Amino acid sequence: MIDFGGWEMPVEYTGIVAEHRAVRTGVGLFDVSHMGEIEIHGPQAVDLIDSLCCNRAASLRDGQAQYTGLLNSQGGFVDDLLVHRINSEHFFLCVNASNQDSDYAWIRDNNPFEAAVALTSTDYAQIAIQGPRALSVASGLTKLDLVSMRYYWFGRGEFCGVPAIVARTGYTGEDGFEVYVPSSEAEGVWRAILAKGGKDGILPCGLGARNTLRLEAAMSLYGHEIDAHTTPYEAGLGWIVKLRKPAFRGREALARQKAEGITRKVVGFQMRGRGIARDGYRVLIEGKEVGQVTSASPAPSLGANIGLCILPIEYSNPGGRIDIEIRGRPVVAETIPIPFYKRKN
Amino acid sequence: MDYPIDYRYSREHEWVRLENGTATVGITHHAQEQLGDVVFVELPSVGSKLEAEGAFGAVESVKAVSDIYAPISGDVIAVNEALMDAPELINSDPHGEGWLVKLTVFDRSEIQRLLNADQYTKYVAAESDE
Repeated sequence: MIDFGGWEMPVEYTGIVAEHRAVRTGVGLFDVSHMGEIEIHGPQAVDLIDSLCCNRAASLRDGQAQYTGLLNSQGGFVDDLLVHRINSEHFFLCVNASNQDSDYAWIRDNNPFEAAVALTSTDYAQIAIQGPRALSVASGLTKLDLVSMRYYWFGRGEFCGVPAIVARTGYTGEDGFEVYVPSSEAEGVWRAILAKGGKDGILPCGLGARNTLRLEAAMSLYGHEIDAHTTPYEAGLGWIVKLRKPAFRGREALARQKAEGITRKVVGFQMRGRGIARDGYRVLIEGKEVGQVTSASPAPSLGANIGLCILPIEYSNPGGRIDIEIRGRPVVAETIPIPFYKRKN
Repeated sequence: MDYPIDYRYSREHEWVRLENGTATVGITHHAQEQLGDVVFVELPSVGSKLEAEGAFGAVESVKAVSDIYAPISGDVIAVNEALMDAPELINSDPHGEGWLVKLTVFDRSEIQRLLNADQYTKYVAAESDE
């Protein structure tokens, strides 16, 4: 067990590698109840979200979800989050555990709209069912039509007999679902999913596998690839920036950055020499520090040691040689395209 | 876990086995269990000198890197080359095939300062209770 933003969470249950493989080839179960929830009600709920987030919430339909950034005036991330439109006057936000209080304060303090903001994290537990067998397991536990539910859509209904939001989203690079249930029902739902998934070889998965899975898929982690000083363009998340929508926090800074071009960027790399890069290690070119590793690990699905780092734009093309400083010694690595892993279908 | 009674143990979770003036060093069952699946080992070269309590290499699992500390001083006369291709030996046989280095020993009193199996077993139990 480790302390993770005030939550006692297991790094692993049976072992990171076994859990990682279960999600890539079968199904894994994650207790991600630490994630925060913020709900926005009111006729101008969407205007509030669109004034503070860079993606276009106004384009969402009922039952649709969107990945977006809550940005500061410099275009850096206050947080990255998922916005779910329950209906035109009710939006459900899933935010990072460690940022939930600052997110809530930020939204509340920048709200001139007819919209009510509530931090409802303690009301919900979140359980993620991920992997190619997730659909088969989850669809047996609800009357919601999960088979025809598209990626980044969600439904509301009973799941394991309790009221739930079931979204086809995830943080692993696989198909799967993130299920929000009343926190008082969490243990029963967890046990019911494990029982149902037994014949599919479901494994409970800890924070370790969650990290290796998201890293292979090159998904950003707040505090690593993204933070208050990193913009979506620098993080390779330009697709969530909608500069053409009406004014939003950070828009001017982002428009300027887009016109001038970014000077640094999140880049993927693979170790070529013997060694494993880790978060925070220095990136060297010809002995000179040019950047830092933001996330790195052995990649169980790839049989390689990989990582993400922030580099000056001139070094960001794939195929470049860099060195990672490991215990004082430079070890050769090569910049490679991301994501490292992409599922087949 | 029964820790071999003819080994000595450090509080950093390394073990030492003394045989004919040669000390074999490895990490304990408890240490490998804490690390999880070992995927990488970095060892010193033959001929290097280790100082007691100094870091002399690293053992890495998927989740973490862990420095390894010399339980005693000595000159490295052999390293376990098998670990380069099969680091998982540290998990499967930490007190045997998963050994790390062999040292020539100059100061046997350093070994006497280490924990015996009984003391180490209690030390690990106390640490786990924290």
